[in-house]
Amino acid sequence: MRPQNQSRRSFIKGIIASGAVVSTGGLMFVSGCSENTLSPAAGSVERLISLNINGTVRRVDVLPNETLAMTLRNKLGLTGTKIGCDRGECGACSVLIDGVPNNSCSMLSHRVTNKNITTIEGIASPAGELHPVQQAMIEELAPQCGFCTPGQVISSVALLNNNSNPSREEARQALAGNLCRCGAYDHYLNAVLRAAEEIA
Amino acid sequence: MADNPTYKLIGKNFTPPDIEAKVTGASTYSEDFRAEGMAYVKMLLSPMPKCRVRNIDASEALALEGVYGIMTADDVPVFPNPGEQILTNEPNFVGEPILAIAAVDESTAANALELVNVEYEELPFVLDPLESLYPGGPDAYSGGNLVSSLRIEEEDELGDIGVVSHKWTARDFAAVDEGQLPMGQATMDWQYGDLDAAFNDAALVLDETFVTACNSHHSMEPRSAFSYWQNGKCYVHGSTQSQMFVVPGLANLIGITPDELVYISEFCGGGFGSKGGAYAVMALPAHFSRLISRPCMLRITRAEEYYLGSARASFQGRAKLAFNDQGKMTGADIYIVQQGGAKNPFGDFGAAGTMVSLVYTPESMRFRAIPIGTNTTPCGPQRGPGQNQMSAALEPLLDKAANALGIDQLEIRRINASNHETLTGGENRQKVSSSYMLDAIDMAAERFDWSNKFARNGERNGSKVIGVGIGQGYHSAGIAGFDGLMRILPDGKLHIHTGVGNLGTYSYASTSRVAAEVLDMDWDNCVIERGDTSKHLPWTIGQFGSLTTYTMSRANYAAAMDMKQKLQEIAAMDLGGNAEDYDLANETVFNINDPTQSITYAQAAQRALELGGKYSGEDPNGTNPLTQASVAGLAGSGLIGVARDTTPLNEHISAMVATFVMIELDTETGNYEILEFVSSGDCGTVNHPLGLVGQLRGGACMGIGMARSERQIYDPQNGLPGSVGLYQAKPPSYLDVPAFMDVSAVDQPDPTNPMGMKGIGEPPVGAAVGAVLAAVSNALGGYYFNRNPVTSDMILNAASGREQSNSPLQILTQ
Repeated sequence: MRPQNQSRRSFIKGIIASGAVVSTGGLMFVSGCSENTLSPAAGSVERLISLNINGTVRRVDVLPNETLAMTLRNKLGLTGTKIGCDRGECGACSVLIDGVPNNSCSMLSHRVTNKNITTIEGIASPAGELHPVQQAMIEELAPQCGFCTPGQVISSVALLNNNSNPSREEARQALAGNLCRCGAYDHYLNAVLRAAEEIA
Repeated sequence: MADNPTYKLIGKNFTPPDIEAKVTGASTYSEDFRAEGMAYVKMLLSPMPKCRVRNIDASEALALEGVYGIMTADDVPVFPNPGEQILTNEPNFVGEPILAIAAVDESTAANALELVNVEYEELPFVLDPLESLYPGGPDAYSGGNLVSSLRIEEEDELGDIGVVSHKWTARDFAAVDEGQLPMGQATMDWQYGDLDAAFNDAALVLDETFVTACNSHHSMEPRSAFSYWQNGKCYVHGSTQSQMFVVPGLANLIGITPDELVYISEFCGGGFGSKGGAYAVMALPAHFSRLISRPCMLRITRAEEYYLGSARASFQGRAKLAFNDQGKMTGADIYIVQQGGAKNPFGDFGAAGTMVSLVYTPESMRFRAIPIGTNTTPCGPQRGPGQNQMSAALEPLLDKAANALGIDQLEIRRINASNHETLTGGENRQKVSSSYMLDAIDMAAERFDWSNKFARNGERNGSKVIGVGIGQGYHSAGIAGFDGLMRILPDGKLHIHTGVGNLGTYSYASTSRVAAEVLDMDWDNCVIERGDTSKHLPWTIGQFGSLTTYTMSRANYAAAMDMKQKLQEIAAMDLGGNAEDYDLANETVFNINDPTQSITYAQAAQRALELGGKYSGEDPNGTNPLTQASVAGLAGSGLIGVARDTTPLNEHISAMVATFVMIELDTETGNYEILEFVSSGDCGTVNHPLGLVGQLRGGACMGIGMARSERQIYDPQNGLPGSVGLYQAKPPSYLDVPAFMDVSAVDQPDPTNPMGMKGIGEPPVGAAVGAVLAAVSNALGGYYFNRNPVTSDMILNAASGREQSNSPLQILTQ
């Protein structure tokens, strides 16, 4: 997408200013070669980018049309993020992007290089201590088949980060984008309210 | 549900060993596996409802860099018509796989598919069974529309092997009024009692034509599969509800023997009947892996899941019901035409008849049915196949009868409820082993506060009106004859091997606790071996049909009793006396007369290794060959308990649920909120309280989906499916179901199960769909839609006095 007559440096500055597409970290890695020798074709973007995932910067080779869900699952081994529909309908692929739940199946990896991404693998503490939401979901026997559970956890954590004492109705609205075919909705709501009590 | 004082483990909650992985993302489903050098498989699917592949030119595709190979129908085994095929040159539904390409990544495989040129010959198709039954109507299968084993008349001309073309006469169609179901020759036809007398003497006769929806399973995990070959064995990671039950069928699909297959299915992201056994597409990566000598991943997309992932069959039905002035159903004359789908139809129709006989206990009954093939998604079992369609159809009609007779809607259900003496319908009528349905109805009615709630029925607040309804659901809930297998190791731990699979009910674990209960084991000293056939698993029932709890509690009880006997024998050998002199407590075998004389389970396991023979796994004790192979694999590792459940079972195991709801329906939008939801079930002794309430609520959510939104739709002109995304096919979200559901159980033991347990997975679906539809009809002052789902536009039509847009027998529509 870089016009051929635009310098690489000014292109990068523009991109950073717009808060989109690529991170300097990834570019610097690529530009182990002299930037003058790099002359990507029109319409191309860098492939090696850096993503800040669960507090760790991960360098990864990403196609221009690759979704974050695909990158997480196929490039980074973070298979806790599930793909249920691949079109933003089910919420199984939810991740936090700067604390906000998003469908990673509908987010290009190139668009989140300057964001903090939290996946289900990053919800428990590094030492393995479960988040109160996770513990509450176990105690309420909330997951059945478990496929939607990572997304339910992500949306619940996001809710409690913003509203530590939600009503059942507020929790219901906050989780409404996460489908559960097992119909464990009641149990997930119980878990959110139990976790809220625990956090309080 | 109070704690059960009889048992240490039964009736108590516990933390299933797999649940933490589900909340941390560590759980691995079939699509989560990777291997060095793996290839990705993409399929070319039929774009037409019925066609023949004339020619395939894949030369350009194969020349594409990164493409490893192509497979067509010529490269895979052919299964008898109209069975599922792995790949086919004669697809008979949109989305049936024709060929597949493996490549270095999915994008390359998809790009290669775009380069394949296929010549198709379009063939006549049919979506509506009645159109196929009409003289000269199109047949969905190659050579017919009816599986020949289902026909009853020998003079039908045989088409392809296993298939006949079955037509009714024009007279059959002409004999009925517009909108009534014609009733030509059926393939199932049974009767009991004096039906004529029932209808002659009836205080009320209803004659109703109805349809029920074809709806998808919507499993959150599409049926992806991953496979590779290693050391002469084929490894398959699949998405199935069941574990060992899958093995014979999957081995057959791959063309190997069961001992050449390693099947891994530690987690399954939902199946609801559609992944109960092996299915054709899961064998494709195994065949491809053999061809190209690479691990192969077949990732199924959501749209593909809708195309080929199976669906509940729709019914076109007719119910003639006779009631006496007390509201007793004295006669039921039921006819079901089942949408067969593109492949072998599941037996929903048969279950429908049993449901009517057990839930409404008509004094006389005739049941006729016929499943007819359609060029639609294959119709397999879905949670309560047949039973729950009948709940949708008949529960509102029960209210219609009650209203006509001036009887309370609760009372008409009470008077017709089954009891311990109730018999099934069918050729061989069976008595139920137990039925506490009346108790379940009364329990739910009391918790719901029926009288006061029903007094509010029809209460208006502006455009909103209150509706109250009751629904009932039933499913058979157990069979016998499967195997249990367990070991005590020299460290004293009990390893319970289970092959039931992991559908999400946790019954793989809760039925394993039966063994721990019998052997008085500390649950922390038990290990469940599951999820991978290389762990040496026994032949067990799969996870379907509300069968696991009853069936596997019996099998694990049998194997635990074998283990107990062996522990007693070893103690007697070492400490003197007879085996009968010893009993078990606290993981110790002790002499009843002198409890100081004892050995620990750990010591007994060590002695078993020294003794050999039956004690350490050299006698598989009359079990299934698959269990025998597993026992052989475990031989010499500890004290082995293994047995087949041979206790006779001559009765029908029945589980039922009663559900009460109150809705607030907006006559200006056609939308409604479910304000209150109360449900009680008869599932025998409660084994795992949290698991039970999860099933009662989860099943109810599916029933609510059946009532208000879920259906497959097809373009009648081109036969194209219009519901191939979640937003089109509409499973319920948080906002479609009540914010809280009150659920409970009667908790009375069934006499044919050692712990009194029965299954419960499916009846909550029927009870919920029936209750919600009944409430909608009651809110509208007794407007009966005679179909599900009842969508907002249908409610608006009803509320404003407009005609419905669907004709009475139209299926696969809104």
